[in-house]
Amino acid sequence: MQFLDRLVFIFLVLGSWLSHGNTIEVCPSCPVSSVKQGVSLASPYDTLLIKKGTYKEFDIRVDKPLTLLGEGYPVIDGEDQGEIITIVSDDVTVDGLFIINVGTSYTRDYAAIRVIKSKNFKIQHVVLEKLFFGIYLEKATDGIVYHNKIIGDAVEEFNSGNGIQLWYCKNIKVEQNNVQRVRDGIYLEFSDEVEIKNNISINNVRYGLHFMFSNNDSYEKNTFENNGAGVAVMFSKHIKMKDNIFRKNWGTASFGLLLKEINDADIINNVFEENTVGISIEGSNRIKYHRNDFANNGWALKVRGACYGNSFEGNNFMYNSFDVSYNSKLNDNEFKGNFWSSYTGYDLDRNGIGDVPYRPVKLFSYIVNRTPETIVLLRSLFMDIIDFSEKVSPVFTPDNLMDSSPLMKKVQ
Amino acid sequence: MIKILKYSFYDLMRSRWSYVYFIFYLLLGFVLLFLNNDVSKAVITLMNVIIVLVPLIGTIFGVMYYYNSREFTELLLAQPIKRSSIFLGQYLGVAFSLTLSLVLGLGIPFVLYGLFGSNVIWDFSLLLVTGAFLTLIFTALAFNIAISNENKIKGFGYAVLLWLFLAVIYDGLFLMSLIILEDYPLDTFSLVASMLNPIDLSRTLILLKLDISALLGYTGAVFKKFFGTDFGLFVSIAILLLWTILPIFRLAYKANRKDF
Amino acid sequence: MIQVNDLHKKFGKNQVLQGLDLSIDNGGIFAVLGPNGSGKTTLIKSILGMVIPNKGDISVQGNRVKTKWKYRKEINYLPQIANFPGNLKVKELISMIMDLRQKPVDAEKLIAQFNLEPHLNKKLATLSGGTKQKVNIVLAFMFDSPLYILDEPTTGLDPNALIQLKQLLDQEKKNGKMILITSHILQFVEEVADEVIYLLEGKIYFKGSIADLRKKTGKDNFEHAIAAIASQSND
Repeated sequence: MQFLDRLVFIFLVLGSWLSHGNTIEVCPSCPVSSVKQGVSLASPYDTLLIKKGTYKEFDIRVDKPLTLLGEGYPVIDGEDQGEIITIVSDDVTVDGLFIINVGTSYTRDYAAIRVIKSKNFKIQHVVLEKLFFGIYLEKATDGIVYHNKIIGDAVEEFNSGNGIQLWYCKNIKVEQNNVQRVRDGIYLEFSDEVEIKNNISINNVRYGLHFMFSNNDSYEKNTFENNGAGVAVMFSKHIKMKDNIFRKNWGTASFGLLLKEINDADIINNVFEENTVGISIEGSNRIKYHRNDFANNGWALKVRGACYGNSFEGNNFMYNSFDVSYNSKLNDNEFKGNFWSSYTGYDLDRNGIGDVPYRPVKLFSYIVNRTPETIVLLRSLFMDIIDFSEKVSPVFTPDNLMDSSPLMKKVQ
Repeated sequence: MIKILKYSFYDLMRSRWSYVYFIFYLLLGFVLLFLNNDVSKAVITLMNVIIVLVPLIGTIFGVMYYYNSREFTELLLAQPIKRSSIFLGQYLGVAFSLTLSLVLGLGIPFVLYGLFGSNVIWDFSLLLVTGAFLTLIFTALAFNIAISNENKIKGFGYAVLLWLFLAVIYDGLFLMSLIILEDYPLDTFSLVASMLNPIDLSRTLILLKLDISALLGYTGAVFKKFFGTDFGLFVSIAILLLWTILPIFRLAYKANRKDF
Repeated sequence: MIQVNDLHKKFGKNQVLQGLDLSIDNGGIFAVLGPNGSGKTTLIKSILGMVIPNKGDISVQGNRVKTKWKYRKEINYLPQIANFPGNLKVKELISMIMDLRQKPVDAEKLIAQFNLEPHLNKKLATLSGGTKQKVNIVLAFMFDSPLYILDEPTTGLDPNALIQLKQLLDQEKKNGKMILITSHILQFVEEVADEVIYLLEGKIYFKGSIADLRKKTGKDNFEHAIAAIASQSND
């Protein structure tokens, strides 16, 4: 009895494996010589094994649960005709393809791979080049975008698309992708519970990562380097930003991180290095800035508009041209226990905390805020002198804007 | 004139101060490069030094040399030499020896460090060129002040005042007018104001060449657009030349009319 | 050789020379005398072109001082204060002046005459006042020029050097040179001068030989004669 049971079970398992496991080979010289043909021949849960070669195809519509598996990176060349792969079914996996020449249009957002209203998809080990939009997730949920390489050739914002775009998505993981030279490396709009981890987003025309109206997302351990601007987080709530590196986002209007109308976020343990502005903050409240490193930025923090209830604690501010710029005399944010490389106070009781408070807002940065043209006096002797005198006896900068317990040594 | 230049130059090359100046720059160059290990950072620090110190040293050295060589000048005046040649020769002697100290003092460490292989060579050359211009300009201004003031103390006072004005007070006035006029478009005004003062002009020229120019924002972009063109560069060099030549002309003019 | 017409010079409010006329054609030693502030040095410096007159004309050997600076080739000048660029060595200074003037030179003999050989390799800043003055004299006498202008040549000289100086003067006079001297040492003036030019209130008050001066004042003693001429003017 037991044996029979077991046998039945084995058959069942085997059967389901078979039904999932039919493999259709696609190669230029095979009976099935195009991906499209393969998709139409396949039954649900089949695997299309796409062999090395070049397939000149576009508008491949995947409307059943399939695995598109490339072997030796087969090239799918869209010849600039339009969208290449469109996934409209749940349970689709795309793996190991090299997709090039996505069509550019000013009216339609052609993507290399688009996922529409689907669940449980997986897009991995894909290489995209010469693209308009890369991976476009539209109202998709519960998917993974893992270890893809997206290399665009964008020069201008208006005729380029985003590397990975999420629109009305939920519960998606974006991990270990490498996105370069597109408009926005990763773009989220109305997308919640998205986890963005270990990605590298560099040399993009606009933002490395861009949030709009998206809540409860997190991004960790990513590197954003040399983008038009690093990361923009706008009109979103409960975003966690941890262990990221924002580097060399350098340019007249550039910044490492832009916060606009953001509430209740955590910014912890990130590195901001050599950005024109480390973090530009506008109308953002109740945000924790803890244990971040700000090094060699033009401005480490540029605070504009009403920002309340933020706390800055245990950060390292090192060799920034300006540590903090502030445009009002009012301050409701708390600075404490940070390390400031330009702190010149002393620590007589040797408890590691400076005995005189540090005022991070220089008079010059206050003046520049008021009259931006005065920045042309940057690094003139006169400015050094008045900065010094303001430091000795503050007149213009907010009275209570200071770190009353500045650290003597860098936070490790 | 070449002879006077030669003798003034030799005279200065023997004096302790030229060496002090030279060694100062040499040390500065080495310290900046080998402690910092970053050529472009070193260029920024050097810029701060150059726009403050070079004018000051040019001024003080010029005044000092003029007053100290008064008797020598009188000896020369009785010789069959054109008056303007005597003063221009002395001026050029001082200016060249200072420039040489600057260029060699900073150049040697940078060359040893491997400047030619690095892409900051243009920034560095610009630094040296503006440094040289500032030396020429401020030494000329110093000679002008000295030739117009028999009284040493007064001469020194005016010279330091002049330096203070151009290095500090001018920027203060500039800043105040920017703040007072903040309701008006100020790009052209600030462009003109920073071109009129040789120290500000040098600072702006160097800043725009460095990464740090990104901090200058919109105004910086306007500046960059202007100074980036051939025309802008031509105008800046013309202004620096004018700052050099006008005092020299006045020096020659004064020299021909002065009693000794 | 020297022609001065209606020379006026004012320093600020101080009118130093007012309408001075002077004409010297022959060789010989001329002492320019006068009380302090009478304009001796100003006159000399005007002739040298170091002071620019407000009004009037000066020509040296037919060259107008104002325009043609090359006439200074024909003048050897010994300035009052012997201060030289301190970093130079004596030898270098001498060769520098030689280089600047591009004229035949007889420096060796003069150097020997004033015992300057041991000092040749010293820097000028280290020399004593007297030695500097000797160097000064060498510089003034080493060129062969028709006109010498010596401002207080005796300052700081030791007796031996003074004798050498007198010899030099004598010798140049014999060569037919014209020599203008200012000095406060009347004994020296009396010894060497052929003629006295006495300046007072910016004009030439007296010009003539020492004998004429004695005759005019009725004093035998030169010093007294000078004093007398000064007091006469006060009358």
